[in-house]
Amino acid sequence: MQQSPAAQPIVEIRKLSFGYDRSRPVLRDINLQIPRGSVVGIMGQSGCGKTTLLRVIMGALRPSAGEAHVLGHTTNSLDGDGLYAMRRKMGMLFQFGALFTDLSVYENVAFPLREHAALPDELLNDLVMMKLQAVGLRGAAHLAPTELSGGMARRVALARSIALDPQLILYDEPFTGLDPISFGVIVRLIRELNDSLGATSVIVTHDVQEALRVVDYVYFMAAGRVIAQGRPDEIRRSDEPFVRQFVNGSSEGPVPFHYPAPGYDADLELAAPEPQASH
Amino acid sequence: MRVADVRARLERLGSGVTFHVLRLGFASRFLAHLVVHSGTALRRFRLTTAEIYFAGVLSLIIILVSGMFVGMVLALQGYETLQRFGASESLGVLVALSLVRELGPVVAGLLFASRAGSAITAEIGLMKATEQLSAMEMMAVDPIARVVAPRFWGGVISMPLLAALFSAMGIFGGYVVGVQLIGVDAGAFWSQMQAAVDVRNDILNGVIKSLVFGIAVTWIAVFEGYDAPPTAEGVSRATTRTVVTSSLAILFLDFILTALMFTGGNHQ
Repeated sequence: MQQSPAAQPIVEIRKLSFGYDRSRPVLRDINLQIPRGSVVGIMGQSGCGKTTLLRVIMGALRPSAGEAHVLGHTTNSLDGDGLYAMRRKMGMLFQFGALFTDLSVYENVAFPLREHAALPDELLNDLVMMKLQAVGLRGAAHLAPTELSGGMARRVALARSIALDPQLILYDEPFTGLDPISFGVIVRLIRELNDSLGATSVIVTHDVQEALRVVDYVYFMAAGRVIAQGRPDEIRRSDEPFVRQFVNGSSEGPVPFHYPAPGYDADLELAAPEPQASH
Repeated sequence: MRVADVRARLERLGSGVTFHVLRLGFASRFLAHLVVHSGTALRRFRLTTAEIYFAGVLSLIIILVSGMFVGMVLALQGYETLQRFGASESLGVLVALSLVRELGPVVAGLLFASRAGSAITAEIGLMKATEQLSAMEMMAVDPIARVVAPRFWGGVISMPLLAALFSAMGIFGGYVVGVQLIGVDAGAFWSQMQAAVDVRNDILNGVIKSLVFGIAVTWIAVFEGYDAPPTAEGVSRATTRTVVTSSLAILFLDFILTALMFTGGNHQ
């Protein structure tokens, strides 16, 4: 029996692999499903391939093998127009906001509306103010991006990413470099905006404790593979050594402190001890 | 050992040539893509007029002041030479032809590359480094159509206008030095200039030159910015490459265009 559209996952990835060249695979045999309406975290240490996976979901990278189905599109076969049609239904929050520095806060939020919707000025103004009100920055509409703090810039970028009421919102390391108050604000906004817009959110992060407060489900990645998945309480109780090390922030575990290197003696140019002469 | 050295040098030479040919290919495809996706820049012309302001209007001071001084120096040097042959009244012709045919387009092009070309590269490169171009792509907006094309057409439109203003200021500078300071007859200065400067063969060819230089400089500037590695060092190197490559391109193209335009037997 075929699933109804509402029951189908908004993102489905099957046996997906990706590498910039054949000798260095970045993603290996990834399988995941993201149901509509959920907030899903993709976690793992830096360099494990989670941002690459996000770029595959947004269609910026084509998989080497396997398939990525996003918002009803198979991204492997999309041409430029198809890709843009898919992205009109997406919003994306970049790590440091990526606000347009030559535009004011107001114009940044108005940008996607001006590009994609021929709206009368009054209606456009109402929409921009509603989005800025949702992130608590209506009063900052006239400011330039250079006048904003890191947390404010992230909130303006969030307002811009929801300007077109997207079905899918992608977050690339949304908590990096935020003070505790801004941190809490962003965590709350992600959940509230997702639920009020009826959207689906994917958060790529290594801030595990904070992300576990907001997500419904987690995929844990290491060395390009999904090594664990589950609800936040399951992840907290996981026996998987990597997940335990990551969740507890421990230096002891399967992730070594030292980057692979040749013998320490060789780098210090210490001569090997000469064998003792036998008497 | 010697054979290995030669081989290594040949390999380096080969990879260098291959790299530059590949890069030229990328730049050509980039230009084709840019021209094909110029609809937004032309339809929403205010995007292009904003870039004409940044590339053209903000370059006016350096262009006008430089043009003035170049014209003044031309008049001084020209008078010294012409008076030896009793032809000092041809000073206006010398100043005007030198500026309109050569110095106007070439010097204005070099100044344009340094002032506007480097700014275009740095701006696009920084937009890339701070993920502004990626953000645009994620909003289903083509950055080549929205960011690059308006800057390209803004530069292409600005350059002939700047070259014309450079030449006009140069002629004025030549008039100030030649007529007002040295004392060349004003009537001879202007009438001989009017008689000798041909609209099609001199002025139009100068305009064509400046248009070609505008296309070359702005193409190099937008490509280098768009292709810059997204780091501080990458943007810095791209900006330097824009100025160096644009300057060499202007001088090379000037030679080619001069050979095509002014070596025909029918032109005096």
